[in-house]
Amino acid sequence: MRTDDLVTMLARGGAPADSHAVARRYAVGLSAGAGVALLLVTMVLGVRPDLASAMRLPMFWIKFGYVAALAAASVMLALRLSRPGERVGWTPMALAAPVIAMWVLAFVAVERGGGQEFASQFFGRTWRSCPLLIAGLSIPLFVAMLWVMRGMAPTRLRAAGAVAGLVAGTGAALVYALHCPELGPPFLGFWYVLGMLVPTATGALLGPRLLRW
Amino acid sequence: MTVAQRPSVSESESRLHPLFVAALAGDAAAYQQFLKELAAHLRAFLRKRLARMPDEVEDLVQETLLAVHNQRHTYDTRQPLTAWVHAIAKYKWIDFVRRHAGRDALHEPFDDDDELLAASDEDAADARRDVAALLALLPERQRLPIVHVKITGLSVAEAAALTGMSESAVKVGIHRGLKALAARMRGTR
Repeated sequence: MRTDDLVTMLARGGAPADSHAVARRYAVGLSAGAGVALLLVTMVLGVRPDLASAMRLPMFWIKFGYVAALAAASVMLALRLSRPGERVGWTPMALAAPVIAMWVLAFVAVERGGGQEFASQFFGRTWRSCPLLIAGLSIPLFVAMLWVMRGMAPTRLRAAGAVAGLVAGTGAALVYALHCPELGPPFLGFWYVLGMLVPTATGALLGPRLLRW
Repeated sequence: MTVAQRPSVSESESRLHPLFVAALAGDAAAYQQFLKELAAHLRAFLRKRLARMPDEVEDLVQETLLAVHNQRHTYDTRQPLTAWVHAIAKYKWIDFVRRHAGRDALHEPFDDDDELLAASDEDAADARRDVAALLALLPERQRLPIVHVKITGLSVAEAAALTGMSESAVKVGIHRGLKALAARMRGTR
């Protein structure tokens, strides 16, 4: 087939392109993945029984804001990496800011406690299970985000795979916060990040193979 | 012989952007004009980069045009068109070179200081790979809608009546068929 004929073929029967295709695919993928993760938390892990009283603590909301900010920034970055020729701009900074803020808060908390409470604040009661549960909960979102990304046109496949994993990790952490009893800044700044990095690294490994187009 | 024009990038941007925006809104004539001009830009871009494999240029022009078509939903009309098409062309070029790295061990540097829309070349060579032959390999529910609507020029409703498929199945068949065609293009070299 000559190139001119291919051009004619592609242009023929021109229906309007779906201008909301990107937003719709993200909305479908994210709500499906997060929905399954939410089901897993409520049915399998269980919502923490003292959720109502915990919600009166400022630290509960700081934790929520921290994870929500990471989730929002990772979605922004994923959107940018979905479109050819789009610059990532300030989004990596928006991703780093909540983590740095949490580390500063952890430093202040440890300083104030005179260093004695560090171990209890850092390990909490659930350090063994937390990263594993976040990584496990990220699986439905991870599958959903790979599906989303495969409908986009990422030109940096490893970065796109990593950020798809990061969206899954931060989304899973957001849902996991309903179950998780920990509020110590050192805990949140380390074990949560570790849990989120598991799907991120997996995505970076799989991206070049799974996201080609 | 090669007809090389040298339009400036901003000139091409201001010509091609409204054409593509109209095309996305469903204007087939604007889309045809856009793709035709884009093909000339892609040809100049790829001829320069695949200087040692001139026979592959037209195949890659076609593969990139199909990619632009299949991924057109990822274009944000506020974005410079230059950046979008350049990123796709560069991605396709690098992907192509990687596919061939085992066979030919190319050592082309991936620097591209010049923009895609800076040069144009309307002199099409023959493609080695026949898209029509690849099309014949698609399953019927994808092939028939493409043949009736995109090649013969029937409307979606006419193609639906002719094949006994629903109109939405015809549209889905075209969409999925063109994606499958792109996948076969990547796999058949």
